[in-house]
Amino acid sequence: MGSFKLGGMTFGSLFKKPETLLYPAQTKAPYPQQKGHVENDVDECILCGMCQRVCPCHCITVEKKERRWGIDPFSCIQCGSCVRACPTSCLSMQPQCTAAAPAKSCIDREVPER
Amino acid sequence: MGKATVIPFGPQHPVLPEPLHLDLVVEDETVVDCIPQIGFVHRGLEKLVETRDYNQFIYVAERICGICAMGHSLGYAETVEDLMGIEVPRRAQYLRVIWHELSRVHSHLLWLGLAADAFGFESMFMHCWRLRERVLDIFEKTTGGRVILSVVSVGGVVRDMDDATLKWICEVLDGIKGEYEQIMRTLLTDTSIKNRTVGVGAISKEEAISLSMVGPFARASAISYDVRMLGRGAYGDLSDFQPITDAQGDCYARVKVRCLEVLQSIEIIRELASKVPEGDIAVKVKGSPAAGAQASNVLEQPRGECYYYARGNGSKFLDRMRMRTPTSQNLAGMTVALKGCDLADVNMIILTIDPCISCTER
Repeated sequence: MGSFKLGGMTFGSLFKKPETLLYPAQTKAPYPQQKGHVENDVDECILCGMCQRVCPCHCITVEKKERRWGIDPFSCIQCGSCVRACPTSCLSMQPQCTAAAPAKSCIDREVPER
Repeated sequence: MGKATVIPFGPQHPVLPEPLHLDLVVEDETVVDCIPQIGFVHRGLEKLVETRDYNQFIYVAERICGICAMGHSLGYAETVEDLMGIEVPRRAQYLRVIWHELSRVHSHLLWLGLAADAFGFESMFMHCWRLRERVLDIFEKTTGGRVILSVVSVGGVVRDMDDATLKWICEVLDGIKGEYEQIMRTLLTDTSIKNRTVGVGAISKEEAISLSMVGPFARASAISYDVRMLGRGAYGDLSDFQPITDAQGDCYARVKVRCLEVLQSIEIIRELASKVPEGDIAVKVKGSPAAGAQASNVLEQPRGECYYYARGNGSKFLDRMRMRTPTSQNLAGMTVALKGCDLADVNMIILTIDPCISCTER
C-alpha cells in the first residue's frame, strides 16, 4: 500500500512548518533580484532610444522631441534587455510585479531637460 | 471479435495537460489502432524569426514551452553561437548546464506528480509538487523568474552566481534528494502502481530504433543514447556520465528511468557547482550571421533529443530557424505502444511518454 510507505513523510509534515502561505493574509517577500517591473529614473535618462531598439516586444516608446519615455507594463515580458542596454543605467528592474488591473494602461513619463 | 468503434480521446481530457487528440479504434475493450491529431496550440513561432533579431528571438524560443524554457533558450543560443563562431566563456557554460539540469529536475518532478495524480495517488502528487516548488525557488532567487528564466543570451549568460549561492543550491538539492528518495522508493515498489505499469505499453528495442524514438522513452527500451554523453559545454567536464537505461520498454521502465534521472541530474549539479571556473559570464557579440551560413545543434531536453537548425542571411535577422522536438519524434512510438493495450491503460501509456504538445507544434 503506497499510502503507508509515504506515511512517515505525510505524518511528519503534521509537525513541520507549513510549506504554503495563507495568502492573502501572508505574502512572500520578493527576492532582491526578482524580475517585477522596469523603472526609469527620468532625471538620468538621455532619451537615447537604446531600450526601445532592443525590446523584443516593442513595449517601450521614446519620443525625443516631446521628451517623453513610456512603457506598456502589460506587454513587458521582464526580460531585462533594456536594463542591460541602458548606457546611463537609469533603467532598473524592480522586484515588485505590476498589480492586476481591470484595464490595460501605459506608463508615460516626462523627461526633464538636463 | 467485436465491432470496431472509434472513441475520441482529447484534446480536453483530465489526464492531458496539453491538447492532443487521439482517435482510438477500439474492439471490445482493446485498442487496435490509434490516429493522433495535433494542431491545437500552433503559434507560428518559427516564423517570428523574420521579425525579431537573433538576440530578441531568444525570448521567443524560451516561450515555445514552459517546462523546456531553459532548454530551448540554451539550444537556440548554442546554435546561433555556432553560426557566428562565438566561443562562450567556461563559467557561462557551467552556469547554463546547472540551470538546465535544474529544469530537468523540475520537469521530471512535475511529470511524476501528474503520473501519481493519474493513478489516483493524490498525496504523492502533492509531495512531488512540493519538492518541485523548491527548485522553482532556486530559479526565482538566481534568475529572477520561476519558469521563464530569460537568463541565457547569445554569447553567455546574463546573471552570475557567487560561491555562497552555489553552496545554497547544493544544500537545497540535498534536502530535496532525501525526501525524493522516499517518494521514488514508494513509486517503484508500490504494488498498485506496478499493477498499472508493469508490462503495459511495451516497446522493443528494435521498434524503438525503427521509430527513431528519443529521450527517456527510448532509454526505457534499452537504447543507450543521451545527447549529454556527447559532452558539449560543461558536460564534457563531468567525471563520468552514463545514460540511464532499462531493458523492459514498458510503462514501469519509463517511470524508473525518469525517477533515476532526477538523482543523476542532482549529482551533475553537485559536481559542476563544486568546480565552476572563475572568469567572465559572457562575451560581447558583434556583427550578424553571414549570408548562407548554416548551423545545427542537438540538446538533451527533459523529454529527449531536440534538434536545432539556423541559417543566416547577412542581416541581424535569421533566414530560417527550425526545431525538431522530442515529442514529435516520439508520437509515432506512442501510436505503436497504444496498439493492443486495454482502453483503461491508454491514460497511463500517454502519460509515461510525457508528450509536450506546445514544443511539438510551436
